Amino acid sequence: MKKILILFSHPKFESSRANTALVYPIKDKAGVTFHDLYEHYPDFHIDVPAEKELLKQHDVIIWHHPLYWFSCPPLMKQWMDMVLEYNWAYGPKGNALESKICLNVITAGGSRDLYCSAGTNTYSVNEFLRPFEQTVKLCRMAFLPPYAVMGTYRLKNEELLQHGRQYMALIDLLQGNVAIDDLKGYAFLNDIPQLKMD
Amino acid sequence: MTGSILFQAIVFLAGAIICVSIAKRLGLSSVLGYLLAGVLIGPYVLGFIGESGQDILHFAEFGVVVMLFLIGLEIDPMNFWKMRKTILGMGGIQVTMTMLLSYALFLFLGFEWKVSLVFSMAVALSSTAIALQTIKEKGLMQTTFGTSSFSVLLFQDIIVIFMLGAIPLLSRTETGVVENHSEHANLLDNLPLGFQTLAIILSVALIIVAGRFLIVPMLRKVAKTGVRELLIAAAFLIVFGISFLMEYVGLSPALGAFLGGVVLSNSEFKHELESTLEPFKSLLLGLFFMAVGASINFLVIAESPLTIGGLLIVIILLKALVLFITGHIFKLKLDQKILFTFSLAQIGEFAFVLLSFAFNLNILDRDQMDMMLVITALTMTLTPIIGMINERLVLPKIGTKESIQRPMDHIAKSQKIILVGFGHFGNTVGRFLRSHGVETTILDHDSNRVDFLRKMGFEVYYGDATRLDLLESAGIAEAKILICAIDNPDATRKITNIVKSNYPHVELMIRVKDRYEAYELLNMGIDNIYRETLETSLTLAKDVLSKMGFRKYTLNRQAHKFIQYDESILRRLAKEPKDEKNYIFKARQELEQQEKFLNKDLERGIVAYDQHWDSEAIRETLQNNEENT
Repeated sequence: MKKILILFSHPKFESSRANTALVYPIKDKAGVTFHDLYEHYPDFHIDVPAEKELLKQHDVIIWHHPLYWFSCPPLMKQWMDMVLEYNWAYGPKGNALESKICLNVITAGGSRDLYCSAGTNTYSVNEFLRPFEQTVKLCRMAFLPPYAVMGTYRLKNEELLQHGRQYMALIDLLQGNVAIDDLKGYAFLNDIPQLKMD
Repeated sequence: MTGSILFQAIVFLAGAIICVSIAKRLGLSSVLGYLLAGVLIGPYVLGFIGESGQDILHFAEFGVVVMLFLIGLEIDPMNFWKMRKTILGMGGIQVTMTMLLSYALFLFLGFEWKVSLVFSMAVALSSTAIALQTIKEKGLMQTTFGTSSFSVLLFQDIIVIFMLGAIPLLSRTETGVVENHSEHANLLDNLPLGFQTLAIILSVALIIVAGRFLIVPMLRKVAKTGVRELLIAAAFLIVFGISFLMEYVGLSPALGAFLGGVVLSNSEFKHELESTLEPFKSLLLGLFFMAVGASINFLVIAESPLTIGGLLIVIILLKALVLFITGHIFKLKLDQKILFTFSLAQIGEFAFVLLSFAFNLNILDRDQMDMMLVITALTMTLTPIIGMINERLVLPKIGTKESIQRPMDHIAKSQKIILVGFGHFGNTVGRFLRSHGVETTILDHDSNRVDFLRKMGFEVYYGDATRLDLLESAGIAEAKILICAIDNPDATRKITNIVKSNYPHVELMIRVKDRYEAYELLNMGIDNIYRETLETSLTLAKDVLSKMGFRKYTLNRQAHKFIQYDESILRRLAKEPKDEKNYIFKARQELEQQEKFLNKDLERGIVAYDQHWDSEAIRETLQNNEENT
């Protein structure tokens, strides 16, 4: 069974309905390490050696965060700046993360149809996630399409709970022996046949 | 010999100690232990106490008065006002329905209507002593079941006054003038009704005014003397005074004591009074339960076991049914409703008063009174047993259904926090907590400061927190955290010790003066230690370095690291023996290490590899990736 590390960054988790629905079911799941960055590093002093050790112990890294100004919250960027060190994560001797799997799980207020050349946001979510994609590439990991809960303000509680179940199913899938290449063809992991919602 | 007071005291105390400790060992409630002790030493088993049982019962009723005073202390007037709907609603429904049903029952059984009416009054009342003692023992006072039971009992306490007023009317209608040889004759009997009401309102007002302007200033004076037994004397003076006043105007002393308690619940002496009266209350109540046990007349039972047994069961079922319906109307959850049903299904101690009163007025004959008295005592004895059956067999099958997805309720504001010491340090802690809606129970032992802070609007209580009983009445048993913010190392040590050994579940968070006090507490097994000077001195040092040209963000990170290293050094050095030579050697080693680490950290921030973003190696990595995919 693959071990999963969820790096969760949300500066105001307590008032996020969507993330409450996503996080609570999976937070104590076996084989999953839920790592709440804002709870661990309230003053942004990231413990780099501890973070590196944590990364080493896991096979799948999930960046779980809301989409703020088309990117991640600042602590997660700080985490990337501090932890992904030269000659450890990347560079000639940097192969600590090699062949691990990495993906974004995001929540966004805007719905999916706003994120396209015709919509108000001009670019697609996948395009906005390019910096993460490139980072993953440089660290020699495999990048998967994002799992996204979008238009959160308009989702009813029941729909959010359904997303919670879907996230759980996704994690089950990642823990098992799913063929990574089968997942790469989709724009969102929400669309893969194994996770189809009724 | 049995007449001697000493001998009686020995019998009661020994009975209590033996039976209650056995009951507790078996996991039963202490009430049951006391009741059984009463039966055992009573006239029909060992015969240690005979006719004096009734007198003791009257004396021991004072335990109920003290208990209601203590309950009043825990309810502040605002909450009391909020509860008025439950008190009137639940209490009203329960008393009316029970009276109607039992009145019909007794008529049906062939009793005269007046007798039936008196019986139905007695049946409608439940036992404050038994129910509340059990609820408090189990710590269920804050549940809906707890407050509902309390509301109903309070309503009964009020309604009993009217019942006692109505019973003489019953006798008058029959014989015109009855010789009133009741002990309840009081000041107001000869006054017209309007004046009676006025006197009652006046005396209630008197309690409220006296509480504010007489009792609290008196307690302040007493506290300043620093003589502990004077506070005990003052506490009793208050309760005795109120009871006397109430009896004088013909109200229930228990009700008056309750009011007195409510008035004083906002004062800084709340916890001091609680901790003083608590042990006396428990003993008096114990005595009361034993007296009830001893008053069970087994001769009456032996004469007509079937009638009494039958009536006993019917009455309990009838009361339970009414309570269940009441709970249903007020939408209690199933488990709460069942607890509510069984905990109040007995006939209460007021029945003793009502029945003997009616007997004195010739409404009841001796057989009728004896029969009801026995039934009353038996229902009281059965309550803890029924409660136990309910708890072990019924409730586990029900359980409260957890709702799925309970998002953010883990910030439970109801979790109790005790803050000891409200000087400059504790003050800041308390203010910050309060600005997040987290109320703490604040204790301070400087009566002048308490007075001053109260005027500034802080809810501070007077009391010496190194005393376990005071901490207990401040609610340490339910507390999650105790913050110790006092600057006296001896007192801090004392508090730490008593809390750790008596309430190990309470998390201790402690202010310490310096490194050495910190070592001591670390070695006592306390982990949450806050050195009062650490952060301030570092802030100063950071500002100095900033003035010398260091960048502030870097300093911030470095200070954070410094604290981290320092904390771990502190924990390591705590274990070292403190003889001078060894300690200095170890400490020097640690400090050198710390400086080295900090220097390294300072360099870590420097991006030494900026050129690598354009290096061959990176290009190669990316190219390989392209080929792989």
